[in-house]
Amino acid sequence: MNVITNPGKLRGIERRVQVEKISRRGILKGLGIAGGFVLAAPVMTRQAFAYKTGAGDMPHGTVADPRVFVAIASDGTVTIVAHRAEMGTGVRTSLPMIVAEEMEADWSRVKVQQAHGDEVRFGNQDTDGSRSTRHYLLPMRQIGASARAMLEAAAAKRWGVPAAEVKAVNHEVVHSATSRRLGFGELAADAAKEPVPNVEGLKLKNPKDFRYLGKGQIGIVDLRDITVGAAQYGGDVTLPGTKYAVIARPPVTGGKLKSFDATDAMKVSGVEKVMEVQGWPWPSKFQPVGGVAVIARNTGAAIKGRDALKIVWDDGANGKYESTAYRTQIEEAARKPGLVVRKEGDVDAALKGADKVIVGEYYLPHLAHVAMEPPVALANVKDGRCEIWAPVQSPGGTREDVAKTLGIPQENVTVNVTLLGGGFGRKSKCDFAIEAALLSKAIGAPVKVQWTREDDIRNGFLHTVSAERIEAGLDKSGKVVAWRHRSVAPSIASTFAPNAVHQAPFELGMGLIDMPFEIANIQCENPEAAAHTRTGWFRAVSNIPRAFAVQSMVGELAHATKRDQKDMLLELIGSPRIVKLDSVKDPWNYGEPYDSYPIDTARLRRVVEVVADKGGWGRAMPKGHGLGIAAHRSFVSYIATIVEVSVGAKGQLVVHRVDTAIDCGTFVNPERIESQIEGAAIMGLSLAKYGEITFKDGKVQQGNFDDFPVIRMDEAPLITHVHIVPADADAPPSGVGEPGVPPFAPALINAIFAATGKRIRALPIGKQLET
Amino acid sequence: MIKVKVNGQQRDWDGDPDLPLLWYLRDEIGLTGTKFACGQALCGACTVIVNKQAIRACVTSVSDVVDREITTIEGLHPTGDHAVQKAWRQVNVPQCGFCQTGQIMQAAALLMENPKPNHDQIREAMAGNICRCGCYQRIENAVHLASTGV
Repeated sequence: MNVITNPGKLRGIERRVQVEKISRRGILKGLGIAGGFVLAAPVMTRQAFAYKTGAGDMPHGTVADPRVFVAIASDGTVTIVAHRAEMGTGVRTSLPMIVAEEMEADWSRVKVQQAHGDEVRFGNQDTDGSRSTRHYLLPMRQIGASARAMLEAAAAKRWGVPAAEVKAVNHEVVHSATSRRLGFGELAADAAKEPVPNVEGLKLKNPKDFRYLGKGQIGIVDLRDITVGAAQYGGDVTLPGTKYAVIARPPVTGGKLKSFDATDAMKVSGVEKVMEVQGWPWPSKFQPVGGVAVIARNTGAAIKGRDALKIVWDDGANGKYESTAYRTQIEEAARKPGLVVRKEGDVDAALKGADKVIVGEYYLPHLAHVAMEPPVALANVKDGRCEIWAPVQSPGGTREDVAKTLGIPQENVTVNVTLLGGGFGRKSKCDFAIEAALLSKAIGAPVKVQWTREDDIRNGFLHTVSAERIEAGLDKSGKVVAWRHRSVAPSIASTFAPNAVHQAPFELGMGLIDMPFEIANIQCENPEAAAHTRTGWFRAVSNIPRAFAVQSMVGELAHATKRDQKDMLLELIGSPRIVKLDSVKDPWNYGEPYDSYPIDTARLRRVVEVVADKGGWGRAMPKGHGLGIAAHRSFVSYIATIVEVSVGAKGQLVVHRVDTAIDCGTFVNPERIESQIEGAAIMGLSLAKYGEITFKDGKVQQGNFDDFPVIRMDEAPLITHVHIVPADADAPPSGVGEPGVPPFAPALINAIFAATGKRIRALPIGKQLET
Repeated sequence: MIKVKVNGQQRDWDGDPDLPLLWYLRDEIGLTGTKFACGQALCGACTVIVNKQAIRACVTSVSDVVDREITTIEGLHPTGDHAVQKAWRQVNVPQCGFCQTGQIMQAAALLMENPKPNHDQIREAMAGNICRCGCYQRIENAVHLASTGV
């Protein structure tokens, strides 16, 4: 059983627990066949939004008040607040752009201001789950429309004409009957005195009049700063008197400091202080693990000082964690019955009566996020107040946790969100900010805590390790009539509660219980798996092992029945329909109401058809080349990927071309969607080819990019094409940041099989192609 | 006392001569455009140019660069309009942007040595610089654009 203690007090997982209860209302209503195959469907053609999202169920919900998000200066400069964290998705540009669009602001006169962590004021700020556009498209449009209405009302009053006769156009309000016009700056003071209109009465722009949304013509707001070195990331802020710290942390999860000798460390030039840092016993949510801090005049001296420390650790109960043995353990667990989490028909009988049973056993190891910017934070604790500058995905949660740790009210904590040098889920956990706050309080000066790459890899919140086993039963005609999928993986819930051995609904809902195939007998099981290290969200989370297993099995079934991979995939997806998950206790569905975000196989089929068409499925291949395909719905978006590879005589893998089709509903910034999908192919290739964190004696055996390699330019796909499938007119927006990752690895593995006849079932590929 | 010349400005350093140049730049003189990401010369985020060569500041001591001309991203071009910087903006290269200053310095050094690199030469020369967001396709296009005229 997953036991979540004090669910109301936990962030991150707890919201999912709350959503679990609420999303039960997402009862299927048989919406019938949605979708269609029209590629020319326009974007956002309706005035009113016909959908609902789970935004209101997030902690602190949404705020759609223009007075919170928009300020207009008398010179006409419009300042729009970005309340979500920028980690490379473009959200700091895309959300303010939505406001500018609706209020008719001229983007060249817009400034973006990053919100500090304050969810009462700004609404939910957890930048995770591929949710920002999905949850904020409508609120941001409402904010912009309200601001526009207030400007129009102010101008109408000034001129003594009815508000209906005036119109905001490109940073001015115009009264066309008299050719009068007033700039936003001239109206700012009066507009601020106007009442904020009711959301219900707001008139949103007709999408055919959009200048920015859906166009992809605007560069990210930080583009210039990034290219000249002026963009500020977590480590780039310094206060007068700042001290620099690194921390030696327990190498084993749950380990403790026994003793340390700082004599040599204190001799290092520039080292000023060595002290113990408080740690919390595992599992401790996002609290620091403790250790020994070396504080110095610069980070280089602190690192050198740390190298000179002599420390004795008590490794504790996880000191025996060993990856090879653990793999055997979870693979064996996957061969035995486990907790049934979805059941349709009678899978035992169907497998027994099948003409042929194909079994696939898949294994995926732990992964580290390795965002280019390792965790880093600056804190200044003074006079009962704390100010933090940090690259955090969850500034509201950081504020709560820092306040609680220091024992001061949240109002006394300010969390300034810098740019994030990558996040990928790691920076949803604010342990590094808490460390900085603890040290600053202890020494009475601003402290910047810098994690090294080794710290990042060895003391992070790793992606879970997973054994996935699928048995597929075929009848005499080759039709799949039975499907049993067992998934065994330590749960992220283990970071919050002891003895969590089953996966939480939000993990089961990522590609296991929401598997969309049209098969008469389906059973999904979740045998137990105990955690021995900190586990956390990693871009696309449980979708990575699930898509790998399910889509690899599609390739195996195609081979077994001598069918084309794409044809097999479409046959398994089955008829265009809304998938019914009646037997699932809680479908989770990414926290979204099922009415607005059902599993729509017409849309899944369509991305397969589009990628097959645009990606030249079935084209003639040179010798040694192969094509592979995979499709997966995640974060309520639909993605299909085709990969072309060649494998040389010595196993040299070259990815010649990648095509990905994405249907993410109504979209805002297609240029950033392309960049996310291009990047997802690289991350997918990294994890498939190299990604593996292993443990011995409870300790992570890797430490840097030499033993935990990621893809570099010379191994990157030669070309990646992104095909954005225009959504139906009223399709709600869905995720972009994460969904590109899951289908890549199985498409690659299916391509390798097509090229070589070799089926890879355990990642990473490593040296498997060399023999 | 060590004399260091960064972006044309002569400075004195009285601390540890073995201090990695990276931390001297970032923590001692506030040039934070040079980034820390691996500390082992494995990723290129800290790339600066010393006497027309791209070097990794994380494994280069301050004492190693005495009497050399050190150029960081802040000093690459007086107005930030080096051909490589302009190309980066035109191609919309960055996602998170963290590694991009190192990528830009590496690309600028490449073009000093080889003004017209071909596809393979770009991929080889840039392979020491990791981008975890995976902007490689655009980096390659931007280097090509910078070499052919922005």
